[in-house]
Amino acid sequence: SPAGRCGGLEVHAQINTSTKLFSASPVGFSAPPNSLVSFFDASLPGTLPVLNKQCVEAAVKTGLALHCSINTKSFFDRNTTFIKNRYACSFQAGYQITQQRRPIAVDGMLTYSLLRGKKWNQVMRKCVHIKQIQLEQDSGKSLHDDVQSQTLIDLNRAGVGLMELVMEPDMCCGEEAAAAVRELQLILQALGTCQGNMSEGQLRVDANVSVHRPGEPLGVRTEVKNINSIRYLAKAIDFEIQRQIDVLQRGGTVFNETRAYDSKSGETIPMRDKEGLQDYRFMPEPNLPPLVVYVDEASLPAGIDASQAVLVEKIKEALPELPSLKRDRLVQTYGILPEHSYTLVNEDGLVEFFEAVLKATTKEPRKVIGWVTNELLGHLKQQDLSVSQSLVSPSALAELLELQEMGHISSSAAKQVFQEMTRSSGKTALHIIQEQDLGLVSDSDQLHNICQRVVDSHPNEVHAIRSGNKKVLNKLMGLVQKETKGRADPVLVRTILQEKTL
Amino acid sequence: MLSLTIKEVSLALREGRISPTELCKKCLNRIKKMHHLNAYITVTEETALQQAQQAEDRLQRGVPKGPLDGVPFAIKDNFCTANIKTTCASNMLKDYTPPFNATVVQKLLDQGGVLVGKTNLDEFAMGSGSIDGVFGPVKNPWSFAAPYRELTGASPDSDWVITGGSSGGSAAAVASLSSFLALGSDTGGSTRNPGALCGVVALKPTYGLLSRHGLIPLVNSMDVPGIMTRCVSDAAMVLDILKGHDIRDSTTVHSPSTSAEFPEDFDVQNIRVGIPKEYHAPGLSAQAAAQWSRVADLFERAGARVEQVSLPHTQFSIVCYYVLCCAEVASNMARFDGLEYGHRSETGHSTEVLYASTRHEGFNDVVRGRILCGNYFLLKKNYEHYFLKAQRVRRLIAEDFRRVFDAGVDVLLTPTTLTDAARYHDFKSENSQARSVQEDLFTQPVNLAGLPAVCVPTALSKRGLPIGLQLIGPAFQDKKLLGVARWLEQRVGFPSISDCEDSLESQDQTGEMKREFNTAV
Repeated sequence: SPAGRCGGLEVHAQINTSTKLFSASPVGFSAPPNSLVSFFDASLPGTLPVLNKQCVEAAVKTGLALHCSINTKSFFDRNTTFIKNRYACSFQAGYQITQQRRPIAVDGMLTYSLLRGKKWNQVMRKCVHIKQIQLEQDSGKSLHDDVQSQTLIDLNRAGVGLMELVMEPDMCCGEEAAAAVRELQLILQALGTCQGNMSEGQLRVDANVSVHRPGEPLGVRTEVKNINSIRYLAKAIDFEIQRQIDVLQRGGTVFNETRAYDSKSGETIPMRDKEGLQDYRFMPEPNLPPLVVYVDEASLPAGIDASQAVLVEKIKEALPELPSLKRDRLVQTYGILPEHSYTLVNEDGLVEFFEAVLKATTKEPRKVIGWVTNELLGHLKQQDLSVSQSLVSPSALAELLELQEMGHISSSAAKQVFQEMTRSSGKTALHIIQEQDLGLVSDSDQLHNICQRVVDSHPNEVHAIRSGNKKVLNKLMGLVQKETKGRADPVLVRTILQEKTL
Repeated sequence: MLSLTIKEVSLALREGRISPTELCKKCLNRIKKMHHLNAYITVTEETALQQAQQAEDRLQRGVPKGPLDGVPFAIKDNFCTANIKTTCASNMLKDYTPPFNATVVQKLLDQGGVLVGKTNLDEFAMGSGSIDGVFGPVKNPWSFAAPYRELTGASPDSDWVITGGSSGGSAAAVASLSSFLALGSDTGGSTRNPGALCGVVALKPTYGLLSRHGLIPLVNSMDVPGIMTRCVSDAAMVLDILKGHDIRDSTTVHSPSTSAEFPEDFDVQNIRVGIPKEYHAPGLSAQAAAQWSRVADLFERAGARVEQVSLPHTQFSIVCYYVLCCAEVASNMARFDGLEYGHRSETGHSTEVLYASTRHEGFNDVVRGRILCGNYFLLKKNYEHYFLKAQRVRRLIAEDFRRVFDAGVDVLLTPTTLTDAARYHDFKSENSQARSVQEDLFTQPVNLAGLPAVCVPTALSKRGLPIGLQLIGPAFQDKKLLGVARWLEQRVGFPSISDCEDSLESQDQTGEMKREFNTAV
């Protein structure tokens, strides 16, 4: 039977710069319509593109992080394919400036991992080839009102710099594509070259999907657009693979078409804006000379100002720690499990939080990690908060863990305290412990009484222990903790129970 | 006063022999008197007088901005001018007012120049007659001067001749003495062609020397602002003002290698003058050919080495130009949809219909034809066969020139046009493409190669109409080229139109010529 294949991804990443790719207008999300538009963006006749050096540096930086070769000379092209109609009149000049013939970066590699197994604790490393990274203009937005036959246009986004990353068809399912894009998103965010927010359109993914029988070449592909989250990416690809398999098994034909993902129905549906024959018309962009970047200062020709040039080696030296290295470092430095390193790195700011807690406590990292990835993150997810919005600061959590470490509270009481901390901002752990009387009960007489009651009321268990089944002691301990609401000193309780069941 | 060169009038202004306001008024009056030429689309009387007043204040305080302070100039109406209509002689932009000045316009204003008006052209500069614009054809001032009238007995109303184009309005403005300087644009000869037919000096600088920012494009990879003046020295001075890197145009160059001073007395002894044999084209008139050999002889007698050279790919330049031009036109014109600016059709009941009818009403047949062809040439299946092939031919043409210059030739001497100016009625009867095929033969290869070229008027034809020759130089050697042109200008004795003034001003008087016409042999 046919096997699915995600035939490659085209990722459009909005470059995180203050101004647009070819004009000096500012870049901003949700500004009033048409408020960020220069004469060039509005394509007034006689205006010319002027390349933004920041965008070139961002593309080189991204290319280097993805192990691409940087073309020291690349070209800009006009894509004149766009026909203005009510669905797609968003390139106001009637063409898009892009890099078709020779893009700035080629032939790279993205390594990502899949977490598999029952507890998501098997890490599978995968690779996807990056065919190229090209610089190009973003389009404006057009909104069509069918009732009034009106088209409304907002050019704020028109001309914002994009990096189009073309990934080869090395992924076989939605999950792989999603993991690859998630890794890419982390890399871009670490580099600062793209903010990577998919819902704001800073990162847009189109998926080419085709299916084939093993050993046979790939079938006709479709392109799935309008995917605005990583979760939908996986769903859209898996839906499309299954749809194509169903079509073929019914004896039908898969058409080369563009489809949109409808997140409500979870289906892909044919798009209307590409009706008719597609003919890709390109020509060299005559208003921009070749884009030249230099290896280093030594390779600069005479007369070129180093401050005006883009130097590849200089950018390479300044690359920040990338997610994969960061994960390796966390595993090696703190002895945590690899899957925990994924959780930490996946969440913006969580590594920093974790390391800040470690600095303020004597508790072992392996014991702290659970608090950060389970208690803290669970709470944040539940409340839909980011790490930076957390009501519990790293130092407050460290104080709590330190109290537990010093034996002032039991671990179950510590969890109660934590819950309370997430509700009442500003209260320290110590304050909550005192207020709610959650401190460890280590009054020996009191504990003796409670243990005696438990032993007396559970003769069968006592009998089992006495016959050699020592594990049953744990059940009695649990009953004691229940009586004390988890506040009893476990070491003391164990000693007392052992004495009483001899 | 109006027939002076820039240098002369600038001196007169500084010496107080005339004030900028007086001079401006004289030019404005002249424009009115020459209204029948249809050289101007917009006359900027009000702002011109303001600018003149400001120049006057500066001159009186003895702090002129530069040699152009107070000097009236005109701009082809495809250069953007802030708050002044810029129409490209098209319905599409008939009421378009740009919010900014083209860099070259700004530079002239920064020098204290007084903008008197925007000049007529072929729609979007597509043409070589200046007859295709929506504001009607431009008439060649020499149609109304004594030599043509007397030598041909032509009737003033029906037998007028064209200016050439597409910068015909600018050429007519300079030739008819209503402006001391005019900017044209030159994509395939649009400055040099009307320069030759109207008897003015017309410089097409090296591509990349002058900013194109604010020039509404025809073919981005070939367009250059052109300079039209009454003498070569003026052109050199204006070139100095306009040249230089512009941050708004990434194709302009930093400090060109030869920014040497313009040599007023260039010594042509021992320079090598190339005569391209392929330019002996069919259709070249006997008189133009005679001028060509006359000037070649002038050079030879002065000690220059005049030699025949070969530019073997010349014959392919017209078709190569056509393909590349259409391809760029197709994309450059795509922005005109009536949404943000320009003409918007009334008949649009849906967005698609609005686009279609706007563009149908906005563009003439020539423009629409080129858009259609351009899209055809760029179709995926045609790209290799047309566009790529044309690009390769372009490279071959550029290499032709490079080979000749590398071999030591300093300058090429060629005709500019096949003949002197055609009568409007004769010209109009041929179709537009056939016309451009004929007319642009000597000028287009220069644009394909990005080289500097200057047209110098050398004589009046037997019909009393100007004939000009073209000098072509290596890239960025514009100054040296102008040096050679200046030498030539001083020796050919081309008459000023003011020498034939009487009949030009009042058509019922018989002109008494102040000096003998230097007619072609």
